[in-house]
Amino acid sequence: MAILSAKAKPISKGKAAVVVAAIAVIAVFPLVFTNPAVTEIAIFALMFMATSEAWNGFAGWSGYFSLGHAVFFGVGAYTFAIIANDYKLPAGSGLFLLMPVAGVVAMVAAVLVGAVALRTKRHTFVVITIGVFFIFQLLGYNLSITAGASGLQVPTPYNWNAATFNNPFYYAAAILLGFTVGLYWIIRRSAFGLQLLAIRDDEERAKGLGVPVWRVKLSAFVISSFPVGMAGALFAFLIGQIYPNTVFNPLFDLSWALMTLVGGIGTIAGPLLGGVVLESVQQYLNLYLSNADIYLIVYGVVFLAVMFWMPRGVVPTVGDALRRRRGAGEATIAATNNGGTDSSSEGKATGSLAGVVQEGGK
Amino acid sequence: MTALLEVSGIEKSFGGIRALNGCSLTVERGMIHGLIGPNGSGKTTLFNVLTGYENPDAGEVRLDGVVITGIGPGKVFRLGIGRTFQLTRVFIRLSVLDNMLIAAQHQHKWLRSALRSPGQGGERAKAMELLDFVGIARLAELEAGALSYGQRKLLELAYLLMADPDVLLLDEPAGGVNPTLINQLADKIKELNSAGKTILVVEHNMEFVMGICGRITVMHQGRALLTDVPAAVRSDPRVLDAYLGGAEDEGLEAEAVRTEGGSK
Repeated sequence: MAILSAKAKPISKGKAAVVVAAIAVIAVFPLVFTNPAVTEIAIFALMFMATSEAWNGFAGWSGYFSLGHAVFFGVGAYTFAIIANDYKLPAGSGLFLLMPVAGVVAMVAAVLVGAVALRTKRHTFVVITIGVFFIFQLLGYNLSITAGASGLQVPTPYNWNAATFNNPFYYAAAILLGFTVGLYWIIRRSAFGLQLLAIRDDEERAKGLGVPVWRVKLSAFVISSFPVGMAGALFAFLIGQIYPNTVFNPLFDLSWALMTLVGGIGTIAGPLLGGVVLESVQQYLNLYLSNADIYLIVYGVVFLAVMFWMPRGVVPTVGDALRRRRGAGEATIAATNNGGTDSSSEGKATGSLAGVVQEGGK
Repeated sequence: MTALLEVSGIEKSFGGIRALNGCSLTVERGMIHGLIGPNGSGKTTLFNVLTGYENPDAGEVRLDGVVITGIGPGKVFRLGIGRTFQLTRVFIRLSVLDNMLIAAQHQHKWLRSALRSPGQGGERAKAMELLDFVGIARLAELEAGALSYGQRKLLELAYLLMADPDVLLLDEPAGGVNPTLINQLADKIKELNSAGKTILVVEHNMEFVMGICGRITVMHQGRALLTDVPAAVRSDPRVLDAYLGGAEDEGLEAEAVRTEGGSK
């Protein structure tokens, strides 16, 4: 039997081609579009693709909606600024090496937050994470180490060429994205990822089958804080000045949740698609129309439209449609191959309407 | 015969309701043991206590002489008690095969389990074998949410077998399952029993219970009223009394109607 012999799930050629093309586009983008305004939009797009992916890697796969992941963004940003200032580190590309350090400090914060917040059930968890978020923002405003409302200045490499100033940040963001996607691609295929999805479907049952739910949940929470912390550090370095409300920003979590839901929650590609589209639109609107948060209206409209027409998100809906079309042509082969590859990483991981109906009906 | 599962003096209250009121019973090794009784007599609560989902107010449960009360459902499962639920609980957005693999995760060290891919080391083959045993191997790649109610029951039974438990607790395995499948289910249960599994089964379908069980315990008002062979239980006047008289006046006939009415 084919299923018995298939060990690891094979990667389809189409998917591999898309990945290679995406890497190529990301690699040459700043060489083609040299306008700093454009590369800045691209940096934010990459950063939000990575952070949405991380948010989804916890919230989308465990079913625990965190609205407090911006805590780790802020902790990462402040870690970066404080270390760079206190040790009087020279403003240069060496500062990028502080990103993983900021990520690790964010993980420490995640252990503390998770140890408390994850003791609650799903709905309470959402409320607790909002509360924890505002506690951290308040700490940012009141601690002497964060300099309160006046914020912290971060060393800026003024000696870099103005025309290509954004490029190092761009590639740092690209590497962060590559790392995050790779990380979650591995997790999705590991037993750990499977346990996480089981918790999403029925936590008590998973516990009854010997899945160490507490450890799995906390680990997933802490792992997802690492890329977010690194993104916070990158943000601080790029902007040059941080304030409690710009890094402990409540709109970050809403953005990540929205990007994930629009793209397709529980999928690898969903948050990437949602992130690149929505963050680019947001940055574009901010830059060329006004600073008056017009993007929030756009977000609202997009959210309603997607929830109305494709409640599972774009990636699973379009993926299923494509599969159906392809399936008509090569029915027999597709039955074995697609079952193991395409649907496992996309269709299967999503909250299908059929599943919800079944659950309600039993 | 030796006692494998010993329940002694279990008490459990929910608010003012005494669900279990000094319940004691013994399940012998290698037995198919039936648990019957009117609704509200404490059968499912007893299952919850046995499998660590509920902590009893008093009393203890021993598995092969070891006290297992209060250690939590995960550890109870590891020690060799697998249970199905009255309303089946499968992971609806995972594939049937992935459902099977979840039940094998506890056999690995936690950190190693994070890095390995599920299904290695013969687990996938074992899963397919067990799915074949219950007759749903062809559905392995399907999302479990797409299965019918009866198929979900079979899946739930199959994934428990991944851990090779000594004791299987089945909560209404025949409830809502069509008659053909019920007979198949009875055969599977007997087959598992002859392979050495001890089985404790809660069921309202009397024909099913009388057909497969070697011992039957009748529960009434949170207690084990009597334990005997099926023929003796059938003719015992106290049993009829428990079903027809008392506070819970849902009769045997009503039970039968309910069971049939619920089947699809």
